[in-house]
Amino acid sequence: MSEHEYTPKSKVGKWFNDRLPLLTLANHLTDYPTPKNLNYWWTFGGILTFCLITQIVTGLVLAMHYIAHADMAFQSVEHIMRDVNYGWLIRYIHANGASMFFLAVYIHIFRSLFYGSYKSPREVIWIIGIIIYLLMMAAAFLGYVLPWGQMSFWGATVITNLFSAIPLVGEGIVTWLWGGYSVDNPTLTRFFTLHYLIPFLILGLVVLHIWALHVPGNNNPIGIDIKKPSNDTVPFHPYIVIKDGFALLMFMIVFAFFVFYTPNILGHADNYIEANPLVTPAHIVPEWYLLPFYAILRSVPDKLLGVIAMLSAILILAALPWLDTSKIRSAVFRPLYKQFYWILVADVLILGYVGAMPAEGLYLLIARIATAYYFLHFLVVLPVLGFKERTTPVPLSITEPILGGSPNLAAVKKKDSFKDQ
Amino acid sequence: MEKKTKRRDFLFTATYAVGAVGAGAVIWPMIDQMNPDASVKALASTEVDVSAVNPGKTITVLWRGKPVFIRRRTPEEIAEAKSVKLEDLKHPEKDEDRAKNPEWLVMLGVCTHLGCVPLDQKGDYNGWFCPCHGSHYDTSGRIRKGPAPTNMEIPEYKFVDANTIKIG
Repeated sequence: MSEHEYTPKSKVGKWFNDRLPLLTLANHLTDYPTPKNLNYWWTFGGILTFCLITQIVTGLVLAMHYIAHADMAFQSVEHIMRDVNYGWLIRYIHANGASMFFLAVYIHIFRSLFYGSYKSPREVIWIIGIIIYLLMMAAAFLGYVLPWGQMSFWGATVITNLFSAIPLVGEGIVTWLWGGYSVDNPTLTRFFTLHYLIPFLILGLVVLHIWALHVPGNNNPIGIDIKKPSNDTVPFHPYIVIKDGFALLMFMIVFAFFVFYTPNILGHADNYIEANPLVTPAHIVPEWYLLPFYAILRSVPDKLLGVIAMLSAILILAALPWLDTSKIRSAVFRPLYKQFYWILVADVLILGYVGAMPAEGLYLLIARIATAYYFLHFLVVLPVLGFKERTTPVPLSITEPILGGSPNLAAVKKKDSFKDQ
Repeated sequence: MEKKTKRRDFLFTATYAVGAVGAGAVIWPMIDQMNPDASVKALASTEVDVSAVNPGKTITVLWRGKPVFIRRRTPEEIAEAKSVKLEDLKHPEKDEDRAKNPEWLVMLGVCTHLGCVPLDQKGDYNGWFCPCHGSHYDTSGRIRKGPAPTNMEIPEYKFVDANTIKIG
């Protein structure tokens, strides 16, 4: 590849690059050959990087004013909202930023599902992504506890109690997590510490995620292996940089709409009531981005099995590269998978909806059916489809459907030999 | 070549073993520091004056950061709790074992599902109802319906005198 031959033009640049090849890295990133048919669903990687940096920067600023103590946390958040210069803006960006982060990550994940980006040789990228997603959920949960409102307190109580479902050691683990016999000040201080730590862990994993991506290169909407660099690729800069930049601007419009016009619509009014260990709010719901998993938890009538089902629903994604037996990556050439894909999207949206509703009657029934289908999709539909589905012909290159030829001579020869048969 | 244990193999094994013990000795304090500290443990018991509680009333007191329900039950509630057959219960416990003095039910007001505080005088069994995930408890605080696995817990307590209960 081109970056191996790179030498900086200036003498100083060469001197430095021989000792620490940062300029080689920069050159690799700008020249990085990217499939030229990437659509806007591919811009969410960049958008997610923006979200992470936004959360880290606004979080650092909030930590300068926030006080992690059970008696003062709620007051200090109100102090940020009312007294600190632009505190309201910074906190609203941080709170809505979490939602925007999840919105982007869900689009990013479902893009992978549609175009088969998790398949060989990109399994490691995918699994690192799942770990990042788990850490995001942990960070979001821990952060939600910090304002010490009623939802903070009872959300923390419910989620930490999930561990009490573990036989024998469960109660001990919960006491250890709390640092007491209930969620209290020791819990708050350690949650603050971990909430501060996790974004930097995510940052490190993002570096690995991108590094692992740059080994095989990007997948693309038609999901074929492409020759790099070739007629099928464009350099990352300026082509993808500009496209990502434009998509990011569109995304920031949505972000700004929430921050400036409906900053509390994604939150819960009960969290503006200070935590009270004696009164549970009438209706506890997690933030919207956790609702599908919450629905799965509640749809199982047994405590331990409910927790196992909820965790499995997330961890099953890590096994996806091996559960999907189809050799064809992109849903574009998989007429049946395409339909099941949209059923799964609908299923997850339904789970999210019933997760916000009371767990009784018809809602509970719907939640149970949707939970069963969720697992059916991954454990039965995907493995079977790979063997049963008749896929449509995959082009040999990105340019082939338009120009008729292929820059990949080896692939053309292979195709011609198929014709002879 | 014949394979036999050499001095060097012994040294490796011994080094690993000492290293593992050393690592454990360093890690344990880092883990144990998160357990309840001395100041939390010091608040482990509390005394409550119940002279103002009339039959049919519940008071809620805070003990170890958790609510404790102290309910002075009516004769109907006691009768209802005693009339339940043990085989109908998910977590079979006799009412006599839960309330030594049948008039007073003292229990942790914490749902055994995921730790919410159940609401008094609600649900299908005239006892408690947890709003979080819909667990129904009877007048003895026993789980009757819903996801909670066990009855609400009875803490250690005793009557110090006729009007004072010591919890913990």
